[in-house]
Amino acid sequence: MDVKEIIKPENLVYKKTKLMTDAPLSYCPGCGHGTAHRITMEVVEEMGIWEDTIGVAPVGCSVLAYDFMNIDMTQAAHGRAPAVATGIKRVWPNKYVFTYQGDGDLAAIGGNETIHACNRGENIVIIFVNNGIYGMTGGQMAPTTLPGMKSSTSPYGRDVKTMGFPLKMTELVAQLPGTHYVTRQAVHTPNAVRKAKKAIRKAFEIQKENKGLAFVEIVSNCNSGWKMEPVDANNWMVDNMFPYFPLGDIKVDGELVK
Amino acid sequence: MSEVKLMKGNEAIAEAAILAGADAYFGYPITPQSEVIEYLMVERPEDRTGMVVLQAESEIAAINMVYGAAGTGKKVMTSSSSPGVSLKQEGISYIAGSELPCVIVNVVRGGPGLGTIQPSQADYFQSTKGGGHGDYRLLVLAPASVQEMADFVDLSFELAFKYRNPVMILSDGVIGQMMEKVIMPKQKTRLTNEEIIEQYGDWATTGKPKTRERNIITSLELDPYRQEAHNHKLQAKYKKMEENEVRYEMINCNDADYVIVAYGSSARIAQKTMEMARKKGIKVGIFRLITLFPFPMKEINALADKVKGFLAVEMSAGQMIEDVRLAINGKVPAEHYGRYGGVIHSPEEVLEALEQKIIGG
Repeated sequence: MDVKEIIKPENLVYKKTKLMTDAPLSYCPGCGHGTAHRITMEVVEEMGIWEDTIGVAPVGCSVLAYDFMNIDMTQAAHGRAPAVATGIKRVWPNKYVFTYQGDGDLAAIGGNETIHACNRGENIVIIFVNNGIYGMTGGQMAPTTLPGMKSSTSPYGRDVKTMGFPLKMTELVAQLPGTHYVTRQAVHTPNAVRKAKKAIRKAFEIQKENKGLAFVEIVSNCNSGWKMEPVDANNWMVDNMFPYFPLGDIKVDGELVK
Repeated sequence: MSEVKLMKGNEAIAEAAILAGADAYFGYPITPQSEVIEYLMVERPEDRTGMVVLQAESEIAAINMVYGAAGTGKKVMTSSSSPGVSLKQEGISYIAGSELPCVIVNVVRGGPGLGTIQPSQADYFQSTKGGGHGDYRLLVLAPASVQEMADFVDLSFELAFKYRNPVMILSDGVIGQMMEKVIMPKQKTRLTNEEIIEQYGDWATTGKPKTRERNIITSLELDPYRQEAHNHKLQAKYKKMEENEVRYEMINCNDADYVIVAYGSSARIAQKTMEMARKKGIKVGIFRLITLFPFPMKEINALADKVKGFLAVEMSAGQMIEDVRLAINGKVPAEHYGRYGGVIHSPEEVLEALEQKIIGG
């Protein structure tokens, strides 16, 4: 088929959101970050709130999120995104503020900021991408690295006796009265992407209604850090990550899901 | 007609923040400056001016709240004391690197480590030479009275926005805790959101309208050549501060044979020493630093042509003395005197040091 034939408007089945820039993504092929970025920006576009949305980028693989998301953004120090977002939201309470963080950023160095922003019930959205490893620094052990899982700083596998257990930050913050909506999603299949996007939409709607903090974990892969082919990484994630980090809503309308 | 009030230095700084039209204060309690946040919580500035006050979970969180809010063009302040200010250094480096305006108050106590809750001036190096990582400078103001605690808040905000740079008010436990008469400045109106967007729309992250490109607050530039260029820009700004913002006070320096260089409460103590010395016929003057960075290099250098010697008096083991000696450049002797670790020197001790180290030395 001729290109001119393909690009006819009636053949259009998908269009990139205008809130993603044309900058080449710095993520490895097969990484879930690109999808997580896109659905976040799609939600912001579909809600028509991009002129009033301020994002906070973390330190980690998504440190350059502000290169890809075509909105006003602040790059936070490692782990401090929830505090930075608190500062922004408190002085601009009518703006939409979200953080986008990885597991090392949110659950290790930023554990305290995460817990306290959640506990204060800051009216922000936290998007937490959990791939069980430090991707950017080259595959070191994260707080969410699974027991026995190998990384460059747990080369013989995570020994829970000396290295502790994977931290279920999402279950932890769900216990706090300040969180209104806590959910765990994934972006490895079209169905999962649709569900994750719906969750992010719900999170931003909660912010609109000033109901408290909305926390969306996205369990993702790291084929580079896990040293696997992208498809194998996704399969490994389903077989190993999901049993430890089960998908689904954990807290809805301020109530824990039984 | 302004009302004369009797206030603690810490309370004065808190009230002055409200009056300066600050938009937010983020802090964490630590002795000897907890009165700042306590005063604000009692005063409820949210009702008076709409100013936000929030007790953060740590000094680290507080400075990062400042970073977030400052990045949106708002007037933001935090305060702490030495160990807490150490915790803030990462955030301060980010704020300096991202070129954001804010005011940071340090009511210094003795260190190192947890040290003591008693007054000290041992954070001079940390405040004036960097503190956090990377090549950056804070503009540092040193109040020597409760009145200056009040006056320097608005001045600090003015300078912070003029240079888009963090400004530190380097106080100490004496000035923070003591009560003095103070005349408060007039209430400034807080800028509206529309005014902020209008004035700072070229850099503040207030939400991207169609009319401009997106604003990004970041200190990250992975390309070393671009990072170097960014550093050049910062250095040019610091040079401008050195050219335009040097502030000091010279007391009885015209006929002085000897000059005491001091700031903050040490300058107050030195005043008594000066009176005692002059009664004995020793012509002593005081060079009181108001800005610690920029440091009055030229002014002290010029003074060195007229006097026989300098005594740098500070409640530290000798930090400011290094800059004094750089300024004098060997023209005349310059020695250090100070008690430290929370101990405050007496005017008599300072006079004795002057007589032994400089006059007799």
